[in-house]
Amino acid sequence: MIELIVFAVAGAACLAGAIGVVASSNPVHAALSLVGTLFGIAVLFVAQEANFLAAVQVIVYAGAIVVLFLFVIMLLGVDRTDNLRVEPLGGGQRVTAAVVALGVLGLVLATLASTDWEATGVVGEFDETVPDINQLGEALFTRYLYAFEITSILLVVAVVGAVLLARRVRREEEIVDPGQAERQAEITERIARAEARAAHTDGARDGAAADDAEAEPATEPAPAQEVGS
Amino acid sequence: MIGAVEVTPAWYLVLGAALFSIGTFGLLIRRNPLVMFMCIELMLNAVTLTFVTFSRMVRDTGGLSIVVFVLVVAAAEVVVGLAIIVALLRKRPGATADDVAILEG
Amino acid sequence: MLDAVWLIPALPLAGFVILLVAGKRLGEPAAGWLATVMCAGSFAASVVVYVGLLGEDEEGRQFTQTLFEWVPAGGLRVDIGFLADPLSITMALFVTGVSALIHMYAIGYMHGDADFSKFFVYMNLFVFSMLMLVLGSNLLVTFLGWEGVGACSYWLISFWFSSEANATAGKKAFITNRVGDWGFLLAMLLAFATVGTLNYEGLFASVPTIAPVTATAIGLLLFLGAVGKSAQIPLYIWLPDAMAGPTPVSALIHAATMVTAGVFLMTRVNPILGAGYDWVPDVIAWVGVITAFVAATIAIAQNDIKKVLAYSTVSQLGYMFLAVGVGAYVAAIFHMIAHAFFKALLFLGAGSVIHGMDGEQDMRRMGGLRKFMPLTAVTFMVGWLAIAGVPPFAGFWSKDDILLFAWGSGGADGKVLWAIGLVTALLTGYYMSRQVFMVFFGEPRWRDAEAAGVGEAEPALVGSGGASGGAITPGAAGDAGEATVATHPGTAVGSHGPTSEHAEPHESPWIMTTPLVVLSILSIVGGVINLPFNERVDFLEDFLHPVLGVNEAEIAVSTTAKVALAAVAIGAGLVGIALASVVYLRRRVRAAEPKVLAHAWYYDEEVTAFMGGPGRKSFDAIAWFDAHIIDGAVNGVATVVRGLGGRLRPVQSGFVRSYALGVTVGVVAVLGYFITRVSF
Repeated sequence: MIELIVFAVAGAACLAGAIGVVASSNPVHAALSLVGTLFGIAVLFVAQEANFLAAVQVIVYAGAIVVLFLFVIMLLGVDRTDNLRVEPLGGGQRVTAAVVALGVLGLVLATLASTDWEATGVVGEFDETVPDINQLGEALFTRYLYAFEITSILLVVAVVGAVLLARRVRREEEIVDPGQAERQAEITERIARAEARAAHTDGARDGAAADDAEAEPATEPAPAQEVGS
Repeated sequence: MIGAVEVTPAWYLVLGAALFSIGTFGLLIRRNPLVMFMCIELMLNAVTLTFVTFSRMVRDTGGLSIVVFVLVVAAAEVVVGLAIIVALLRKRPGATADDVAILEG
Repeated sequence: MLDAVWLIPALPLAGFVILLVAGKRLGEPAAGWLATVMCAGSFAASVVVYVGLLGEDEEGRQFTQTLFEWVPAGGLRVDIGFLADPLSITMALFVTGVSALIHMYAIGYMHGDADFSKFFVYMNLFVFSMLMLVLGSNLLVTFLGWEGVGACSYWLISFWFSSEANATAGKKAFITNRVGDWGFLLAMLLAFATVGTLNYEGLFASVPTIAPVTATAIGLLLFLGAVGKSAQIPLYIWLPDAMAGPTPVSALIHAATMVTAGVFLMTRVNPILGAGYDWVPDVIAWVGVITAFVAATIAIAQNDIKKVLAYSTVSQLGYMFLAVGVGAYVAAIFHMIAHAFFKALLFLGAGSVIHGMDGEQDMRRMGGLRKFMPLTAVTFMVGWLAIAGVPPFAGFWSKDDILLFAWGSGGADGKVLWAIGLVTALLTGYYMSRQVFMVFFGEPRWRDAEAAGVGEAEPALVGSGGASGGAITPGAAGDAGEATVATHPGTAVGSHGPTSEHAEPHESPWIMTTPLVVLSILSIVGGVINLPFNERVDFLEDFLHPVLGVNEAEIAVSTTAKVALAAVAIGAGLVGIALASVVYLRRRVRAAEPKVLAHAWYYDEEVTAFMGGPGRKSFDAIAWFDAHIIDGAVNGVATVVRGLGGRLRPVQSGFVRSYALGVTVGVVAVLGYFITRVSF
């Protein structure tokens, strides 16, 4: 009985929060709806006797991740509202998305129905007397130790990456390619040489034209050919 | 009375599926990158709920361990993702997912 | 001795190669003599092989010499091989003999021509091809020779190709022959498909097993080839136009050898003809006799000296096919040999006349030439009597044989064939006598033409039998001198002095008259090779028996009937001669030369009109089909692809969300598929 009520309330909270996330035009409202969902999930965890996870859920998800969301929203001023009335990709997008979502739901329901709403499979050793946190700890640090360690590395990488990605770059601190200076110098030199050559022939031509001012038109094509070749 | 109805684990599974589908719908509909991210978080939570339910049904702690890992990874993912979004939105305030079309890819 | 078979075609081939490489250097007249010597050598080789064959007894008179394997392609094995049996050696003998004589004649006729050595290149190549045709041991080698003679005919007809009409005549010959060659090709394909071999030995050995339908088909298709090559109805139109070539060409190719290839082919494959339905030989006989009659009617109204002989050739070939059709193969071969002698003689004589008249070919401008060209006149008249069927000249014996077999070949049909043949014999006598009287007797009309001035406005196409006669009948420009240029753009005949006035007609040099004399002797005595009197003197029939034996028709005609028929045949010939003399010699009766005959029953015009009208329309339709439907289909595919591409392009919009939507739809679909398959 109690379980039913708990489930009903928590479930309603989850669904309401989910719909709120999707339907809120204001991102802040969406974030807060997400919190609602997370709390509902946490309650459901408790109902399923995964107490530790419920706590972790609240601390990490609701307490850290959503807060992070809100920081970013406030920081960037993205609290402007989306105009949800307009769908620039055309109405087909929304309809198809709805169909897809219903399809996913339908798939799962169909699968569940095919197994008569019962789970079959491995029956593991699940000692109901031991608290779940002990069992979880034991599993994590013995059987899944490898994955555990790697996730710690993952966290470090994530932090480093976040710091790197989000920092404000000062203008003078442009990243310089070490070989770039040499290449740039070479290019500049080449341009200078080409210009010098052109200037030289120009000067020769000007000089020649100046020398024989009364030159026949026949000589005119000759320098032009020289330059052309 | 209502009390005669028992909450079987299947109900949790159905709820998880519903949350997942709502998250999918939101991901495809919203243009604001942050809200899209939140929808992803919604989907992840649905998955964790499903895992915990299965863990209880099958009586194996593996499901609970996975939930721990999902949590950690989700956290890392959110961190990095938001960093990217910060970097992006600093350059172009008000950018939405549709603006990626500028890349013409 | 029999091993010398390969020499027979090899010598002309060597001549061809040598002249091709060094002909210009050899020059006149060495090139011509080389070619002649090669032909004579080939004749000698034929004699050697003939003697060798005689040495064998009757059953063993068949010798195959294989040089090498030509086509080793899967199930088809074709060798370059020669089959020396009585039929092929007979053909080889008279082909090489007559060729040698004509080559010698041509040395004199082509004197002064700028392309002297080229002429002999083609002539030797022709002789080589003809010998391959005759000596081939399988259908493919025969076809090789068949095509070779066709190609050489084309080259030689349009030898003076700077005149458009000559070139057109060559093309017409080649294309008309092609129609026949198509039949030959189909016959070969059919033979290979049903029997599996193209060898004559293999084909004839399998004749008992061939279905009559197949044998009929093969026979008729080969007959189609023969119709093209031997100028029967409906494919005879090329032969009169082929007179645009130099006269030695007309004599060799279009009288003695190439046109007889069709008759030879029919005789060669007589087992297949015998294995077909009974009406197949009837078809051949009727085509032959109708052709003979129609060609004879046309010949009586022609005014060009060579055109008359051309239509005469068509007519005589018709006789040969009549013989084949009634089963008288020996008579056909006999007539072929006799015809080679006297027709070559007549053509060479005509060439001598043309040569002596400085290029004049219109008989209306000749006359009384026997005083000026006595030797030519005498030999020409020998040929005339031979073709008219006057005994004891060669033509009488062979033609009489044919008519005899026609009479005796069963039923009313045979009598009708005989009757038509008889009327044709009458017409033959008539038109040949007309020719002789117009050319050699009577007043010298060329003197009048010269005196009256050379600007005759007479329309020149009447009497040419076709639109392409312009080059052949001088008078298109009214000027005999220009006519000389039109027919002989070389200098072969124009070397006799200024072209605007006739020198007196003169006899030809010895090099041209010697072959005339030899051929006239052969025309006189040629009949002895197959006299009908008794078993001992029909040499040809005996000799050819192993090749023809089974299919040679046997007729039961009493001796009195034979004599009576012979007398009637002679009578017909003499009546024709008498009629002609009344009309042309004594001038008692006005000449009847209806325009329709002069225009060869307007057959050429009909063909041209058909090709130009409905023919052209169908060609245009096919071209339209190709351009629009076939090309349209190909282009249509490209257009459809481009259209599709254009429609699909907007899918790549650059919008991430639509891509995401696509991905999700795909995921749902795939998952749905697998879940439904696995779960339910």
